[in-house]
Amino acid sequence: MSRRALLVTVEIATPLAVLAIIWIWTAGAESYYFPPLADVLSAFGDTWVFERFTSDVVPSVSRLAAGYALAVVLGMSLGVVLGQQRTLRRMATPVIEFLRAIPPPALVPFAILVFGVENDAKIFLIAIGCVFPILLNTIDGVAGVEPTLLDTTRVYRIGRLDRLRYVVLPAAAPQIFAGMRTSLSLSLILMVISEMVASTNGIGYFILQSQRSFAITEMWSGILLLGLLGYLFNAIFTLVERRILAWHRGARAGAG
Amino acid sequence: MSATASPARAAPRLRVPDAALPGLGVLAVLAALELVVRAGLISGRFFPPPTDIFSALVRQLGESAYWSAILHTLEGWAIGLAIAIAIAVPVGLALGFSEILYHATRPIVEFLRPVPSVALVPLAILVYGTGLQSKVFLVAFAATWPLLIHTIYGARDLDPVQLETARSFRIRRTDRILRVTLMGAVPYIVTGLRIASATALILAVTAELIIGSEGLGRSINIARQGGAVDEMYALIVTTGLLGWALNSLFAVGERRVLHWHPSQRREAS
Repeated sequence: MSRRALLVTVEIATPLAVLAIIWIWTAGAESYYFPPLADVLSAFGDTWVFERFTSDVVPSVSRLAAGYALAVVLGMSLGVVLGQQRTLRRMATPVIEFLRAIPPPALVPFAILVFGVENDAKIFLIAIGCVFPILLNTIDGVAGVEPTLLDTTRVYRIGRLDRLRYVVLPAAAPQIFAGMRTSLSLSLILMVISEMVASTNGIGYFILQSQRSFAITEMWSGILLLGLLGYLFNAIFTLVERRILAWHRGARAGAG
Repeated sequence: MSATASPARAAPRLRVPDAALPGLGVLAVLAALELVVRAGLISGRFFPPPTDIFSALVRQLGESAYWSAILHTLEGWAIGLAIAIAIAVPVGLALGFSEILYHATRPIVEFLRPVPSVALVPLAILVYGTGLQSKVFLVAFAATWPLLIHTIYGARDLDPVQLETARSFRIRRTDRILRVTLMGAVPYIVTGLRIASATALILAVTAELIIGSEGLGRSINIARQGGAVDEMYALIVTTGLLGWALNSLFAVGERRVLHWHPSQRREAS
């Protein structure tokens, strides 16, 4: 067997082996906390396909999408401005550094006070948690654009908007995407946190509720769903990133 | 960029010394907030003026409960992070060093990594209860991933010539791992550590908020439920300062440890 074939075999066989071990171990262990994998999978089918899909998954994912979109728009527009204005950037840096250091969950009570327990508070929480990686990466990316490029656009009298559209944003794109990737995994975490405190629906709410009513298999099915969602979002993101950054030779390395 | 401004525009402009800009920015934001709240644009019930928050913070400084909350948060952070280091660095080095191990575990790592750590909160409550153990479990789980990924990348990103050289000198396997792979991965590990530390703090506070283990997160929740808005914001500011302090600490440490590395040279100049 060639080395490459060996590696591919190993890559496929190991996860299957691990799954099999978990399957056999949980089936025989009779552990209260770790129910048999078969039960978890059937609970997964019963719960999520598609009984609770519209009542919990759709609200969760739409809040996540709204919060993430808000963070992308805010982070990028603010980042472009601060990246180009050195004076403003110097003034804003300590404020951003401080706000960024606040763990987003600490803002849950603030969000509840200001926005109530409805959707707005959750979207705000996701947005505020996700904005900083995007903002900081955009600032760095925009501020780090090759000065020669900027001087060239100035020599050719290329307008501000065109300069932004064709020079600054593409040059900063790899770094902006790195920030967006970090934010993506954060957004899922924040979605769950926001639903575990003061909520009436959503995946996070379901998991916590299942635990409180000692429905352990259902709880595991929710955890499994979150894992699948995280994996799915990551895969979609990688596809989009590869497409947009296809021209960039570091795209694959940066995607890591 | 400002260098290109025409002299006619630059001349009458007030020159502010560059070093004063950060302080000026902070003052401007605080003053704006103070004005907005005092003018009644935001209800003081939801967001007290910064001066009130500051005086609440000063009041808290004298209370032992405040300091013990900080210590409890830091305790969970430190133990969890230490466990994460103990797991992630050796495992990451092994996975980065051995091609077969890397391929065998890649799908598993790729699947587990995006699982949001907070999804395990209910499990932690079930298995470990609501005390320190739960918090440490969550912190360790969340902090392990960034560190593991960075260590793997660091170990794999090694210049092949260095490894070949070590091999041609017949340096033993353990020495190769420790002296070549580990040293080559250190810049990545240090970056991963900084990210892991931030994640660890987030999870510590989250655990305190949701599970109710002792610490800043629980104090924030108690302050909110008691309607002590000033205290709540003072505590939130505290978590921000704590995060900022830890981050700066790691940034300084990074510069110390990596003074030999090219990435640090540019910053020094």
